[in-house]
Amino acid sequence: MSTSTTDHGRASADARPRDLPQLGLAALLAIIGAFTLYDATTLEVGFADPVGPRLFPYVVGAVMIGLAALLVVATLRGDRPEEEGGEDIDLTHAADWGTVLKLIGVMAFTIATINLLGWPINGALLFAGSARALGSRTPIKDLIIGAVLSVTSWYAFYVGLGIPLGAGILDGVL
Amino acid sequence: MESLDLLWGGLDAALTPTNLMYAAIGVLLGTFVGVLPGIGPAMAVALLLPVTFGLEPTPAFIMFAGIYYGGMYGGSTTSILLNTPGESASVMTAIEGNKMAKRGRAAQALATAAIGSFIAGTIGTLLVVFFAPALADVAVEIGAASYLAITLMAMVLVTSVLGSSRLRGFISLFLGLTIGLVGLDLNTGQARLSFDQPQLADRLDIVVVAVGIFALGEALWVAAHLRRRPLEIIPVGQPFMNRQDWARSWKPWLRGTALGFPFGAVPAGGAETPTFLSYVLERRLARKHRDEFGKGAIEGVAGPEAANNASAAGTFVPLLALGLPVTATATIMLAAFQSYGIQPGPQLMTEQADLVWTLLASLLIGNTLLLVLNLPLAPLWARLLRIPRPYLYAGILFFASLGAYTANLEAFDLFLLLVFGLLGLAMRRFALPVLPLILGVILGPLMETKLREALTISDGDLSGLFNEPLAILVYGIIALLVVVPIVLHRLRPDLEPAALVPPEDGATTNVDWQEVDR
Repeated sequence: MSTSTTDHGRASADARPRDLPQLGLAALLAIIGAFTLYDATTLEVGFADPVGPRLFPYVVGAVMIGLAALLVVATLRGDRPEEEGGEDIDLTHAADWGTVLKLIGVMAFTIATINLLGWPINGALLFAGSARALGSRTPIKDLIIGAVLSVTSWYAFYVGLGIPLGAGILDGVL
Repeated sequence: MESLDLLWGGLDAALTPTNLMYAAIGVLLGTFVGVLPGIGPAMAVALLLPVTFGLEPTPAFIMFAGIYYGGMYGGSTTSILLNTPGESASVMTAIEGNKMAKRGRAAQALATAAIGSFIAGTIGTLLVVFFAPALADVAVEIGAASYLAITLMAMVLVTSVLGSSRLRGFISLFLGLTIGLVGLDLNTGQARLSFDQPQLADRLDIVVVAVGIFALGEALWVAAHLRRRPLEIIPVGQPFMNRQDWARSWKPWLRGTALGFPFGAVPAGGAETPTFLSYVLERRLARKHRDEFGKGAIEGVAGPEAANNASAAGTFVPLLALGLPVTATATIMLAAFQSYGIQPGPQLMTEQADLVWTLLASLLIGNTLLLVLNLPLAPLWARLLRIPRPYLYAGILFFASLGAYTANLEAFDLFLLLVFGLLGLAMRRFALPVLPLILGVILGPLMETKLREALTISDGDLSGLFNEPLAILVYGIIALLVVVPIVLHRLRPDLEPAALVPPEDGATTNVDWQEVDR
C-alpha cells in the first residue's frame, strides 16, 4: 500500500500545488469559532451552576479557531485532502460544479414554494428537475415518475402513518 | 439463565404476525436501499428513519432491526457485484468478492456473505444478550465523572485512532460539537447559537442533520463527479454453495465473528479494523488455497463479512448499556431511540426492559428473515444496480427532502437540510470524515450535561472530575492512545500506523499485499 493515500503532508508536498480553497474552509471554521465565542458572551450564568452555559461554547469555539490556524499551516505546507471516492464517483476528471449548482437551485425552488404548491407537486418537480440536472433527457417520463412517487408518498404518509404532508394548492383535491 | 428467559419473553412479544410483517418490511426496505449504489448502511438507516415516525415504539424498533441488517447486507451485495465498496468496512469483501464474481462465482460469493452474515449476526446478538445486561449492571454504578471520561475516550478513539488525518478528524468532531450546541441550554433554558429563530432554539432535529450530511451531501458530491462510463455489473444467478465451499467457509465465519464482536463492543469504533484483520488472518491460514487470494478466495469473503456483521452486533453493547454509539449507524440508531423519548444507558435495561428484550429478539428475527428473503431475491437486487444514475440520485434528493419535511412539516427544515447538505458536500471535498461530526452532535450535549453534573456535585471544584478510580483509569488510557502513536512515530518513522488501515478509496483496492504483510 502506498503511503501517499494516507499521508498527505509529506508525500505530495512537492509534486502538486497547494490546495488554496482549503484556506477558505479554514476561514469558515475561524468564523464559526469566533461566532460561537461571541454567542457565549451573551449568555447569563444561572444560580448554583458552577459551570454555567458558557464554558462549553468557550472551549468549543476556542479549539475551533485553533484548528483553523492549524489547517492554514498544514495547507501552506502542502497538505492536500484525499477526496472521497465511491461507487459512482470518478475523480479523474474535474469536478462538475454546474450540476451541483442546478441541484441547489432545484432545492431552493422547493424550499420557496413548498407552502404554496404542496408536497405532491413539489416532490414531482423536485424529482424531474434533479433528474434533468443529472443528465436525463426525457422530461415527460421524469415528471410522470416524479408525480407517481410524490402522490404515492403523500398517501402513504397520510393513510399509512397518519402524517398529513402539506397538500398546498391541491388541498381538497387529493 | 435469566438473560435467556428474558430473551424468550422478547421473542414471544416480537413474534406476532403484525410484528413479523414489520420485520419483513424493514428487511426488504433496508436491503433495497442498501443495495442501491452510493448508499451505505448509515445513510440507509437515516433515510428510512421517517418511515417509523408514525409507529409505536415496539413495531418501530422491530422494523428498525430489519432495516439495520438489511442495509448492511445490501452494502456487501453492491461491493461484490460492483467492486466499489460504499463504505470502508466493505473494502475487504470487495477485494475477493468481486474477483470471485468475475470468475463466474458471484452466486457463491453472495451465498457465503449472506450465510456468514447470518451466523455472525446471530452469535453476535446472543453475545449482546449476555454482555449488555452485565455491563449495564456495572454501568449503573458509574458516576458523572467516569461517564464524562468514557465519552471523551470514545471521541478521541474515533477521531484520532481511526481515519487518516487527525487534524481533519478533530475539525469534523468540533463542527459536530458546535452543531450540538445549537438550541436551548438544558440547565438555564437560554438559547445558544439560534439566531433568534424559534425553530433553532428548539434544538436541531437529528434526522435533518443526518440526512443532510449523509444523503444530500453524498448526492451533491456524486453529482460533481458522476462517472461518465457506467461500471461493469456482473450478472448473478441463484446464490448457492457446494460441499467444498461450505468446508472452506465455516471456519472463517467463526473466526471472523470472534474478531468482529470485541471490536464492535469496545468503544473503538467501526468494522474497518476487524474486517482487515480477518482478511489477513484468513490469508495466512489458507495453506492449500493461498494462491487463490487476490484472485477470488471464498475465505476472503466469508471471514471479513462475518467480522463486519459481528462487529455491527457488538456495537449494541455500548449503545444499550452505556448510551454510547461508536459507529455512524449506531449514532443514528441512538437518534431513533431519542425520538421516542428513550435515552439508552444503564437505566434502560431496568426501566424499559421489555423494549430492550423485544429489540434484541427482533434483531435475531430480522437476521433470520434476511437469510430467508435475500437468498432467493439476490438476482432481483442485482438488477437494482442497473438503475439509471439520474433517477437514482434524483430519488435520493426526493427521499432526503421527504424525510426532512416529515420531521415538522416546515419549509425551514428543508432549508436546514440544504445547509447540512452543503456542509456534507464540503466535508467530502476537503476529506473531513463524517463519523466524528455525527458523534459530536450526539455526544456533545451528553458530555456537557455530565460535566456540569460532576462539577455541581463537587461545587465547582475541579477534583470532582477525578474522584472516581474508573475516571482516572480512562484518562490514563486516553493519554496512552494519544501519546503512544506519536512516540512510535518518532522512534520508528517507517512504522506508519496508517499502513494498518485498509484503503478507503474504491479505486485503490488493487493493493500490493506483499507490502502490507511485511
